[in-house]
Amino acid sequence: MIVRKSLLTLALAAGLSALGASAASAEVLFWSTQGNTVEESQAMRDQVLSGFEAGADFQGSESGPWITRIEAELQAGSGKIGVLGSLHGSFISLSDGLADLSDMDTTGVNSTFLELGKLGTDEQKYIPWMQATYIMAANKKALEHLPDGADVMALTYDQLIDWAKNMADATGSNKFGFPAGPKGLKHRFFQGYLYPSYTNSMVSQFRSPEAEEAWNKFKELWSYTNPGSTNFSFMQEQLLTDEVWVAFDHTARLADAFNQRPDDFIGFPAPAGPTGRGFMPVVVGIGVPSTAPDMEGAKELISYLSQPETQIATLRATNFFPVVDVELPDDMPPAVQLSGAAIAAMSGADDANPGLLPVGLGDLGGKFNAVYVDSFERIVLGGQDVREVLDDQADTLRALMEEAGAPCWAPDVASDGPCPVE
Amino acid sequence: MSHKTQVNGTVNGQSTWHRYLFTGSVIMLCLWVLVPIYLLLVNTFSAPEAVSAFPKKAFPDINTESVEFFIKYSGVAQALWSSIKVATVTMILSISLGAPAGYALSRFDFTGKETFRVLVLMTRAFPLPLLALPLAVMYIKVGLDDSVLGLALVHTMLALPFAVLITYSLFSGIPIELEEAAWTLGCNRLQAFVKVIFPLVLPGIAASAIFAFVISWNEVFAAAVLTIEHRTLPAFLLQGLGNAPLHLKFAGGAVLVLPALLFIFLVRKYLFSMWGIANR
Amino acid sequence: MYSRKLPYLLLLPSALFLCVFFLYPFVLVAWQAFVTDTGELTSEYFMEMATHWKFNTALINTLLLALAVVPFQIVLALYMATLVNGMKRGRDLILYIWTIPLGISDLAAGIIWLAIFEQTGFLNSFMQSLGFIEEPIGFLGYQNKGTIFVAIMLAEIWRATAIVLVILVAGMGLIPKEYYEAAEVFGASRWKQFTRITLPMLKPSLQTAMILRVILAFEVFAVVVALGGTNLPVLMGEIYTWQYDLRDSSVAAAYALVVLAISIGFTLLIMWGLRTPKGARV
Repeated sequence: MIVRKSLLTLALAAGLSALGASAASAEVLFWSTQGNTVEESQAMRDQVLSGFEAGADFQGSESGPWITRIEAELQAGSGKIGVLGSLHGSFISLSDGLADLSDMDTTGVNSTFLELGKLGTDEQKYIPWMQATYIMAANKKALEHLPDGADVMALTYDQLIDWAKNMADATGSNKFGFPAGPKGLKHRFFQGYLYPSYTNSMVSQFRSPEAEEAWNKFKELWSYTNPGSTNFSFMQEQLLTDEVWVAFDHTARLADAFNQRPDDFIGFPAPAGPTGRGFMPVVVGIGVPSTAPDMEGAKELISYLSQPETQIATLRATNFFPVVDVELPDDMPPAVQLSGAAIAAMSGADDANPGLLPVGLGDLGGKFNAVYVDSFERIVLGGQDVREVLDDQADTLRALMEEAGAPCWAPDVASDGPCPVE
Repeated sequence: MSHKTQVNGTVNGQSTWHRYLFTGSVIMLCLWVLVPIYLLLVNTFSAPEAVSAFPKKAFPDINTESVEFFIKYSGVAQALWSSIKVATVTMILSISLGAPAGYALSRFDFTGKETFRVLVLMTRAFPLPLLALPLAVMYIKVGLDDSVLGLALVHTMLALPFAVLITYSLFSGIPIELEEAAWTLGCNRLQAFVKVIFPLVLPGIAASAIFAFVISWNEVFAAAVLTIEHRTLPAFLLQGLGNAPLHLKFAGGAVLVLPALLFIFLVRKYLFSMWGIANR
Repeated sequence: MYSRKLPYLLLLPSALFLCVFFLYPFVLVAWQAFVTDTGELTSEYFMEMATHWKFNTALINTLLLALAVVPFQIVLALYMATLVNGMKRGRDLILYIWTIPLGISDLAAGIIWLAIFEQTGFLNSFMQSLGFIEEPIGFLGYQNKGTIFVAIMLAEIWRATAIVLVILVAGMGLIPKEYYEAAEVFGASRWKQFTRITLPMLKPSLQTAMILRVILAFEVFAVVVALGGTNLPVLMGEIYTWQYDLRDSSVAAAYALVVLAISIGFTLLIMWGLRTPKGARV
């Protein structure tokens, strides 16, 4: 019965250490959906947060547990989380539980993003922490298949389709890749890239003839797209395996490819359509829940994270770019240099058509994204009729906008009252 | 003994054929289980470039870069210790709650029996992630939040149906006449249970304890919500494993699998001594 | 009376435990599916779920997967258990090997099988090195729903047969050997012994194994996502989507109740189908 005895001792020890736990930490608990992979977490702890004197406990988490935990703390009225870090979209539905950060010093922080951080209220709900955007990446082997006269730094959607077709013809397999997997961020492509490039709109022209054309173009591109794309969520993986040669994705999700084989890949801007080169930022924010155990400590951590040096360290750790004005040192990793060049070319292009992230949707942010993802799955994967799907999804979209009462945002023209779906 | 009689009859040709079929099946089934594990190890011990290379080699050049990353990763040892504590408490709780229920279900007919069985199963039929929110709220209010015991209680809920049903079928398999014989020999119910039934089912109970351990070991969602300082290993590593570069994904998978294999190996005596009964 | 109270006493600890840690949170969650924010009873959420274009696909996929996987697993585990039964030497080692997948979580299983089936995976490498194919095949591409389904089936069978095996081996160990000896005397063939002795005597274990597997099969998720991406929606995936992406816990709860309902339905069916008549018990 020795076994049973030692099990009992174990159980007792476990129980005791459980009792002792609550008194332990005075560190600020930083609960984040970003930087949550093992490598990034390690870098966040060792390189970014080690300089914060009061001490911070960085805990990365998937979005499911992240939301569940913070909701539980808000419902219970007390908690452990000091600082929340996540995408703009995840803060939207937490709006009521976030402390007002208006009294914080935000000089040097990008003002457009600060405005986003108000989530359509008068309070500063979150402070921008870092940013990224979607660009394109190509294996240099793909460049010889570029259609005649195409400049890779200023592509159009038609040229991209030709390019994908050329590669497919030459190699016998589809070499264009698109992150349509379960964790892929495809909704932002439709909202911020395809729609603005064809309709100069994200919402109001949802079912216009131009939108129909955009979807048909995308369907054409899809026919030369690697069929495994519905499993791809991080295009760096397929670029590294040579499964695809040309891909569209988030800068942080291409970084590994750029860093591992910097000489084999190039980064370049997203393509342009009839109404310009649509693109959209990805904004990650940091906020403080109203239940934070140490409000002052939490705010100190946020100021620390907004300092230029910390922002540069964060860029090295996570491949997300700073949101404050900083001079980047010359010794940045290849991913930063390659994607930086692509971003500069994209935002500096003559036909640049930048869009904003959705605001004012409250709890409905997820359903708003679903309108675009569902349209994609029905039209492109399901092969349903474009017009019918758009009409059907437009009804859903209209109902959502009306329920949320959200006015239009760029590139749609500002509206009084809810953004109309024409 | 049945298997003896089966093995004895190898004189005629049909039985030789049978024996080939037998050996062949056993080998095929072993390969079926082992090859995927081997492939996981191949990717774990390959250099990052080799993991994304094509075609892949069946025998890699050993490279321990990815594994070393996890060994050096701060917090792994602590998370491992938390995992062991939580799983051990889960094991004890689920058996001490489940075995009496299993015995009652197998030996008595009473009102509410079927209701109870369905209730126990419902805990597995309803998705845990949805339950995590109200549980976390409750835990924060009563102070069970971020504790080994709190997480172990949730894992016990997951393991309980296994404990109840396995012990139920174990007890059902033991003829009631054995117990009745003990009663007529002057034992009371408890004595009969302790002296006659318990030794017979002990190995089976150990097996269901192992399930409890493994269930707790592999549970991620509740662990990620309900623990922070006491994160278990899967919650600690798997948060973000899906977003990690390929080579770390595989190494992380292996880091997760190996302790469980080791554990099953260490306790296999209990798992398989169920066989002791067969040869009684 | 002592022995009338005894079963309830034995059940009390686990029943109390379940009430606090399962029923209480369960009622709170399930409530959301029936009641609006303002406290009125509604079927709105169930309607929203049932009319969503993915609902039927997810339901059918989940049921199909369970029906394809579970019976196969039961038969395979029965076969494995009889093999173990007939083994003279090396039984411990073989059983250990066959129960290895017990320790492997569904997440890890998904990673392992993705490494096999992906376009640059082991299966393609293997077939190419043998010269069967020129170019790697995209097994998991969106047009190949059939191969995706088979891949998920294989991964699930690989991952979760061990639990059935252990339950059945334990159950077989409890069948008195005298039965087989008697059958031997009457010259019953081995197949006859299997169908007339092993199977009927194994009913309680078979029932347990089937119920557990069916219930877990309806909650299949991690392996499906790893191999199928967004191609094969299942109920559990929809629950996650509604709860965490669409932020609508009412519809998520409605989905969860559907999973619960079909689980209970199948449980009762199996309990009824494999019931042991009174008096026939050993």
